Parts: sequence; C-alpha cells; structure tokens
Amino acid sequence: MEIVYVYVKKRSEFGRQCNFSDRPAEINVDIQPDPGLTANFIERDPIDAGIQCASDMSEHEVNTERFEMENAGVNHLEGGWPKDVNPLEMEQTIRFRKKVEKDENYVYTIIQLGSLMEHCIKQNNAINIYEEYFEEEETADVADEPPSAKTINVFRDPNVIKRTATHLSWHPDGSKKLAVAYSSLEFQRSSKDMSYDSYIWDLENPNKPELVLRPSSPLVSLEYNPKDSHILVGGCYNGQIAYWDTRKGGQPVELSTVEFSHRDPVYGTIWLQSKTGTDCFSASTDGQVLWWDIRKLTEPTETLVMDISRKGVLENALGAIALEFEPTMPTKFMVGTEQGVVITCNRKAKTPAEKIVGTFSGHHGPIYALARNPFFPKNFLTVGDWTARIWSEDSKESSIMWTKYHMAYLTDGCWSTIRPAVFFTTKMDGTLDVWDFLFKQNNPSLNVKVCDEPLFSLRLQDNGRFIGCGSKRGTVTLLEVSSGICTLQRNEKNLAMAMFERETKREKILEARHREMRLKERTKAEGKEEDVKVETEEETPEELLARVQKEFFEIIEAEIRRKERAAKLSKPQAKEITDENEDEDEDPYKEE
Amino acid sequence: FRPCPIATVARRESRSHAGDSSCASLAMAEVEETLKRIQAHKGVIGTIVVNAEGIPIRTTLDNSTTVQYAGLLHQLTMKARSTVRDIDPQNDLTFLRIRSKKHEIMVAPDKEYLLIVIQNPCE
Repeated sequence: MEIVYVYVKKRSEFGRQCNFSDRPAEINVDIQPDPGLTANFIERDPIDAGIQCASDMSEHEVNTERFEMENAGVNHLEGGWPKDVNPLEMEQTIRFRKKVEKDENYVYTIIQLGSLMEHCIKQNNAINIYEEYFEEEETADVADEPPSAKTINVFRDPNVIKRTATHLSWHPDGSKKLAVAYSSLEFQRSSKDMSYDSYIWDLENPNKPELVLRPSSPLVSLEYNPKDSHILVGGCYNGQIAYWDTRKGGQPVELSTVEFSHRDPVYGTIWLQSKTGTDCFSASTDGQVLWWDIRKLTEPTETLVMDISRKGVLENALGAIALEFEPTMPTKFMVGTEQGVVITCNRKAKTPAEKIVGTFSGHHGPIYALARNPFFPKNFLTVGDWTARIWSEDSKESSIMWTKYHMAYLTDGCWSTIRPAVFFTTKMDGTLDVWDFLFKQNNPSLNVKVCDEPLFSLRLQDNGRFIGCGSKRGTVTLLEVSSGICTLQRNEKNLAMAMFERETKREKILEARHREMRLKERTKAEGKEEDVKVETEEETPEELLARVQKEFFEIIEAEIRRKERAAKLSKPQAKEITDENEDEDEDPYKEE
Repeated sequence: FRPCPIATVARRESRSHAGDSSCASLAMAEVEETLKRIQAHKGVIGTIVVNAEGIPIRTTLDNSTTVQYAGLLHQLTMKARSTVRDIDPQNDLTFLRIRSKKHEIMVAPDKEYLLIVIQNPCE
C-alpha cells in the first residue's frame, strides 16, 4: 500500500513566499485505549519501588596541567636607602645611621623594646620550654596499619618514541639522583628515530632530566660507582662498555673497542671493590663475563666463558642476564643465565675450569634478577619465569623457598635493605609485589598496581623507603612504602635466620631421601635386567612431543575451568576479563 | 689687666652646649648600654636594629647576614602584624618569636623600628 498525498497548486503560485498564520491546536489523531488489551495484564498490588531522598551527584575529575619549572638565580642589590644616600658609599651610610641614632623617637623606642626583649631573653635562659620529658620511654611501634605504597613522583621519557627503562641506579650519596638506562629490548623492533639517550634525573625536577648521556648505542644497564659518585659505567645494546664522568658532560669519556667487547647486549654491569675503585665487570647473553679497568677500556683485563662443562667452549656457553656481586665477598660472584641456571664462580681460582664452582638450576626461563640477602649472604633470591625463588648455597638441588606460579611473568626483584625477610618483585602486568615471608607465605603482603604497562626494572634506595620502578614505555615511578615495610621488626633477624635454616634443612633431608630412592631403584633395575628383558615401548621423539603437548593443554584447560568456576562464585563481571587475559598469556608460551 | 675674655666666653658656651647635648648624649648612652646589656646575655648571638624601610641601623653581625635578616624579618613581621590585626582590628602584634632547630629569633616590633635578637636557648 503506497502512502501518497496528492495536492494541487497553480503554476503561477510556485515560488510565492509562504504566508504563515496562527491557528489553534488541532487534534490530528486520537487513539483511545483498547479495553480488550487489559486481559493481557495482571494488576500488581503492592508494588516495590525504590526511592532515595538524596541529591543527584556526579563525579568529575580535574587534573591541573603539568607546568614546567626552571631554577634561575636573581641578583639583589641593597635597597631601602633614601634617594640621597648611596648604599655603596660607607661615609654616606654611616652618616645616615648616625642621624637616625640621634633621633629622639629612636632612643625612646629602643629603650622600650630593649626591656621587652630582655624579659624574653631571660625567659629563654631560665627554662627550656621545649624540654623533652621522659625521653627514655620509647613509644611502642603501632604497626597495625596495613602496608601501603604511595606514588611520589613520575618521570616520563621525554622522547616521542618511548623506550623501556631497563635499568635504574641510585646516586650513592644521599640518593637525590636517579640514573636510568633506556633501550628497546625487542629484537629488531627499534626504529631509526629512536633516541639513544639515557638520563640522570634529579628527584626534585621530574620535567627535565638533569643530565643527558649520549652513548653510541642505547644503554641496557647503567651503574653509579659507589666510591666516586661522578663516575658511571654503562653497558650498551651492541655489547660495548662505556663510562661517563658527570662533570665532563653527556659524552662518554671512553668506549671499549668493539673487537674485544661483548657480542650481545650487556645486561649486567657491576663495580668491583678495588683499591683504585676503577674495576668493573660485565655480563652478556653471548656467554662471556668480562672484567674491565675503566682507565683502559681498549681490552678487558680478564674473561670467563659461561660454559658449565668447564671446557671454555663459547658455543656451549650459557647466555648471562643477571650478575651479582657482594662487596663483603669480593672473590665470589654469581651469574644468572638465559637457560635458567645460576652459576656461582670464584674469581681467584687458578685455572679457568675451576672458576666455575657450582650451578643451581630450577627456573624454566631466563633469570632476570639475582640478589643476595644483605643480612644472610648465603641465601639469595632469583627472579625468573613466573616465580621468585630463594636459594641457599648449601642446597644445590633445589631452591629452599619459592612463590606460587603467577599469572604474569616476573621481571625484576630485590631484597629490602632494612628487613631481612622482605623482598620486592615486579611483574609484566605492571604490579609491584612486596613479600614478607615471616608474615605471609602464600601471597605477597602488598600488591600495588603501579602502571598499565609492564614493569621491567626495580631498584630500592639504600634507606629502604623509596623504590624506583621502570616500565616498558620509559616511565619511572618513584614509590614510597609505608613505615611498616621499612622498619626492622623486633626479633626479625633471628626469625628470618631460623626460617632459612629450617628450610635448608628440609631441602637437605628431601635431597638425601631422593638420593636413597634413586639408589634403591638403580639396584633394583640392575637386578631385574639379568632376569627379564623389560619390554619398554620406545617412544619416538614425535610421539613423546605429542604426548607432552596433549598433557600440557589438558592441564591448562583444567586450570582455566577451575578459575572460571571460582570466578563465577565471586564476581560474574570480572570473569570475561580474566579469561581474555589468560588466553593472551598462553599464546607466547605455547612453544616453550 | 683684663683676663682673657675669650676663654670665659668659650667656657660659658661649652657649658650651655653641654646642657643641650647632655640629655641627648645621656639618652644615647642609655641606648648603648641597653644594646650592650642585651648582647651580653647568655646565649645571644647577635642584635640588629632595623628601621621602617628595612635598613639596619645598628648591628653586631656581619653585613651580609644583617642585610638578610633585616630584609626577611621585616617582611615577616609586617605579615604577622597584618594577620593579627585582620583577625581583630583592636589587637596588635607585641612580640614575635621564631624557634628553629639551631636558635631562636626574637623580634620586638614598633611603629618605626624593629629590634631583632638571635639567641641560642640553653639546652
């Protein structure tokens, strides 16, 4: 049915202006209610309706724009003198002063004020109103407040193309400056316009870096010399080592020669304790650890190949990512490798083969952080794959304590400098965890979301209160932790020591038990071989791979289903989000 | 012979002059004594007298310190006085004491002058 309206207009009236006129309201359509439809509805009595007698409010956020501040000096000249007196002329000023002193008002005023002042001076001398009474009573530390962390400041990468903040180093005196190394760790993903600069930030001024370091290749690691706060050593993405003197500006003072440097990015550089204070050593994923004297960077003073078979063959070497050195034990050092093995080495060994003392394996992926506990150097923390593990040097088979497997990859970790039982870790989902294993062992005692992008590096200031975290987009966030986390609790050292010893003992007992069982099996197997030829189905590598893959996926599916069930019981909305995240996390690791 | 008339005249003149300046010099001596007395008290590090424009008239400290104290405390005292009077117009500032970690700065204000004393309270 076509709806058409036909009207007629004279041709001579086309284009004529419209004459509008008023007319009263006219009902065009009147649709009456159809009583027959009431049969479809049921009357409801009573009706529950929610009413709130409250004013409507809306939420609105306002953030002031960041303004740039710059320090500038002003030169003042002496003022206030009357026009005829030149403040620089001694005679004129003295004459003026004498004139004022002869003034009657002056005399009267001074005498009045003098007596008032004397009264107060005598008061001060009589009693000290701010005296501290009962100073010996120490107020009991009320540590009931839950641990918290507050963001103090954020330093953003000023370049347009953001690079990852891969390493942070605090200034050794007073920690008012932070040196940050920026580079892009994604393989062959760095664009031509990416700047190579790394910055030294002054904590007071987050808008502009205090000093720009310009290496020839982006810096992956950067360290202040603890003995001389003007010297920094940096490891470059192309394997070279460079050192800067902040008094000389942003260009490196010297760069190591390419032929004798590493062949891969230098992931770790640490200063050594030496009389001259100019020794450092560096490690890289090309499998070498090189020692340098910065006065002569043309070639390393010593090299060591990370080959655990102790033959020094570079092809078999493991790539080193984390380096650890404790100044109280100057001959020993540890290297964390890409293959998940920690190698302890002794620098003073006579032959290169003896330099590698022992290995600890247990991680499934590269070890991104390696740190000794500052109070109990025998125990060290490794951070890699999805867990953080604590090891003891005595127990070589496995770690003594470990965290659960997280949802996100762990990227960096360090011990607290004040409390022996506290350590910090950062994850790829942008959160910082504070673990206190005397308080809670299953979960971190504090989990803080620092930013939306993955966090890559972490560094605690020496006083244990401030933490700098570097993220993938070059944002360094400065956090302050609550006092509960950075004050030593009563008896903590003893409790931590007892816990370490207990766990070490437990591991040793387990080790011994395993050894016994293996020995028993071996004797049993040897006995059986003479009687019966055991038919063992030799699985071909492909079948083995297929079986392992199937098992892996089954476990993942079971885990997902379990999480779904748990999520459904608590929050139905969050379910979709966690599911999506899980799926994304799975894909990169399927091939491993 | 007549005695030397000049000498007697001179004596007379000096006597009259002594009469005029005696009260002035006495007063000045009193001022000196007051300031010296204040400076001699235990713990007093320095004394400064500043006029309404912030020019130091008398000081026992070195010039740069004096100028700094004079300028800064003058502004602070004006601010403190205006605060007190804003709250209650009948009220006025009589004394200002600033206690810091290292010492105490006491300021006695007046319409035209400021007496500043820096003291190290006994502790």
